[in-house]
Amino acid sequence: MVIILREYLLGNVAIARGILEAGAGVISGYPGTPSSEIVEHLAPLAKEHGIHVEWSVNEKVAMEVAIGASWTGARAAVTMKHVGLNVAADPFMTLPYLGVGGGMVVISADDPYCHSSQNEQDSRRYAAFARVPCLDPADPQEARDMTLRAFSLSEEFGLPVMLRPTTRVSHARATVDVGTPRERKASPGFEKNPPRRVALPAHARPLHAELLEKQAGIEAALAKEDWNWSQMRGEVGVVGSGIGGLYAEEAIAQMEADVSLLRIGTYPIPRTTVGDFLEKVDRILVVEEMDPVLEEFVEMVAKERNPGVEILGKRSGHLPKVGELDPLTVRNAVSRMIGLPERTAPRMSREVLSILPPRPPALCPGCSHRAAYYAMRKAFGKDAIFPNDIGCYTMGVGMGTVDTCLCMGASITVGAGIRFGGEERGICAVLGDSTFLHSGLTGLLNAAYNGARMTVAILDNSITAMTGHQPHPGSGTTAAGEESPTISLPEICRSLGAGLVETADPYDLASMIETFERAKDHPGLSVVVAKRSCVISDIRAGIRRPRLVVDEEKCGGCKLCVSFGCPAIEFDGKVARINALCSGCGVCAEICPQQAMEVAR
Amino acid sequence: MRTSDCDVVVVGVGGQGVILISEIIGRAAMLSGLSVRGVETHGMAQRGGSVINHIRVGCRYSAMISPGGADVLVAMEPAEALRYASYLAPEGVALVNTRPLLPVTVTTGQATYPSIEEILAPLREASSRVYPMDATGLAAEAGSPQAANVVMLGALARHLPIGEEPLQEALSKIVPAKFLEVNRKAFELGKIEVE
Repeated sequence: MVIILREYLLGNVAIARGILEAGAGVISGYPGTPSSEIVEHLAPLAKEHGIHVEWSVNEKVAMEVAIGASWTGARAAVTMKHVGLNVAADPFMTLPYLGVGGGMVVISADDPYCHSSQNEQDSRRYAAFARVPCLDPADPQEARDMTLRAFSLSEEFGLPVMLRPTTRVSHARATVDVGTPRERKASPGFEKNPPRRVALPAHARPLHAELLEKQAGIEAALAKEDWNWSQMRGEVGVVGSGIGGLYAEEAIAQMEADVSLLRIGTYPIPRTTVGDFLEKVDRILVVEEMDPVLEEFVEMVAKERNPGVEILGKRSGHLPKVGELDPLTVRNAVSRMIGLPERTAPRMSREVLSILPPRPPALCPGCSHRAAYYAMRKAFGKDAIFPNDIGCYTMGVGMGTVDTCLCMGASITVGAGIRFGGEERGICAVLGDSTFLHSGLTGLLNAAYNGARMTVAILDNSITAMTGHQPHPGSGTTAAGEESPTISLPEICRSLGAGLVETADPYDLASMIETFERAKDHPGLSVVVAKRSCVISDIRAGIRRPRLVVDEEKCGGCKLCVSFGCPAIEFDGKVARINALCSGCGVCAEICPQQAMEVAR
Repeated sequence: MRTSDCDVVVVGVGGQGVILISEIIGRAAMLSGLSVRGVETHGMAQRGGSVINHIRVGCRYSAMISPGGADVLVAMEPAEALRYASYLAPEGVALVNTRPLLPVTVTTGQATYPSIEEILAPLREASSRVYPMDATGLAAEAGSPQAANVVMLGALARHLPIGEEPLQEALSKIVPAKFLEVNRKAFELGKIEVE
């Protein structure tokens, strides 16, 4: 029997609980904000529940592991952030042809406003592209409920089902009613069936037809779900999806306005439900995060069912096309639609706010990336080109050693292209250990194979730091905490064809600089592994280094240490000072020309 | 119509324990049988950047609070109080830790940090209920400056539609046992500070 409990849960944890309640046997993923906490919550429970939970090396790998598991009949889930779905797009696009075995849920978390991302990409477009159902939760309760339903939907139609939370759903906390975990669903094992599992052209053509034939049934089934509902209160209305629908619902309640509401939570969008609503209104506002997916659909249906209806939304300029929605923006859009005055927030004037110093995210005090960048710049000079990648180290953008950032693994490949494009200056591509293992390997292999003259710096802190310290094949442990072989980055790089491979410790600045110089002078492809554990990992492991202090007699006030940019170093107008944030890395002592920094006693 | 009993915005700097405040309030609200919503800053901004959490007690809608809608603004850091002051409702209460945490832009000399008075003056124009306090100092008095977040929670308690008992119970469930005594003291000092 399932017992329902009420708990205060993070949206991503509510999703994880839904996965457990569904009796899933395999959960894979690659960390990425705002999706990471799903696997993080499940990994420590793997043993207890007899399930396999893994951090895969990238999203394509994660997706394929989940597919294989599903083909044994087990229920499987795979998690990633929206841009991770680009990496996994290859299996994702053909899987719907072949279909699933056990229910399979693809969780792709979108990040409107790019809180921690490089673009604002709408995963609902991908679901439509692949012709699979997609559920768009508005809050943690819906996230849990939809996850559970996604597994059975997947089995009903033999297709993967996408769950698409957005940042404010994944990172919301709420009182959520959850059931007890279900025992792992038994899987009969892999059943040989080449016409179903081998995507040869002869098999793919009929499977494509089959996929298209499923669509009407999916739409009809989804139309019955409780997440699509309406409330009629007059001829003016709102159609809202996901959290946008919830903002609209609250705005209508606050204003006590006679505004009808249609909430949509499933894709493909139920055409009849939308058409029936449109027939009863003459003016509507469409509210949704990111792309106007629902809005375009409403426009299409309106042509058949009510061509005279006025449709407001992103395409009409009533709601912003970029960034994320918020309750006030939605409330004001509803106000404008019904001719009520807008509510203005008590804005602080720009003049008042101008006294505030900016507080951008920064590399931690004692972060070895800062030292590696310093050494890199010394060796290569400021005119060299520094193609960069996705990770904590992108925050070094102010140090002059971050020239490009495109997507995971693109530092090496873009760097090679810059060389082949005719750039003669030095090139030093930079990426982290997790990113290198995610998608830098193929780029390095390609650079070696095609003869790119450049240096690749792998900033190796032995962890996926940016997303919250998830382990990877270079860490020595798995997600579930099992020991695993620690991969050697230098050996991989040599095997892939790099001519010169050296490792140095960024905390030993002189040796780091010399290493970069040798790499720069190498006539072919060189790799420098800047190896030093993440300063946060050290703190968590109880490693304490004595802080440094400035000998004020010796300090000449040259500010070299200050320009290094460590948050632990301040300048009081005359001399440098080291504050309580100091982690004792000692790099500033190596930079100081007066030897004014010393270890505190 | 009001759609939430109490809307609280908690701001500060990544690493100051802003999330702990929401966790405790959330648990305590649940213990009191109230529906609660919250939203947190995770990811990139946590690395020493400015962070904002929303908590809505007695609310069944989204976790997001509108600018101009917060009944209470809890600021773990003075500059952050002003940065997010637009969230404060006209009758709202601002609880402000007066201990500055200098951002890198200041330590590297690219920007300057204003005086506490320069920060509090516009805040006081926005609200007549601004309560500055040295939460970090009070936390040190309790036994650890890290407990400044719980000092702020103690100061916030009287403004929440939650009794002290569930707050204390949630605190004891969330804080590790060996730090509980310090945190209990921190809560008490925060509470007394605004009495």
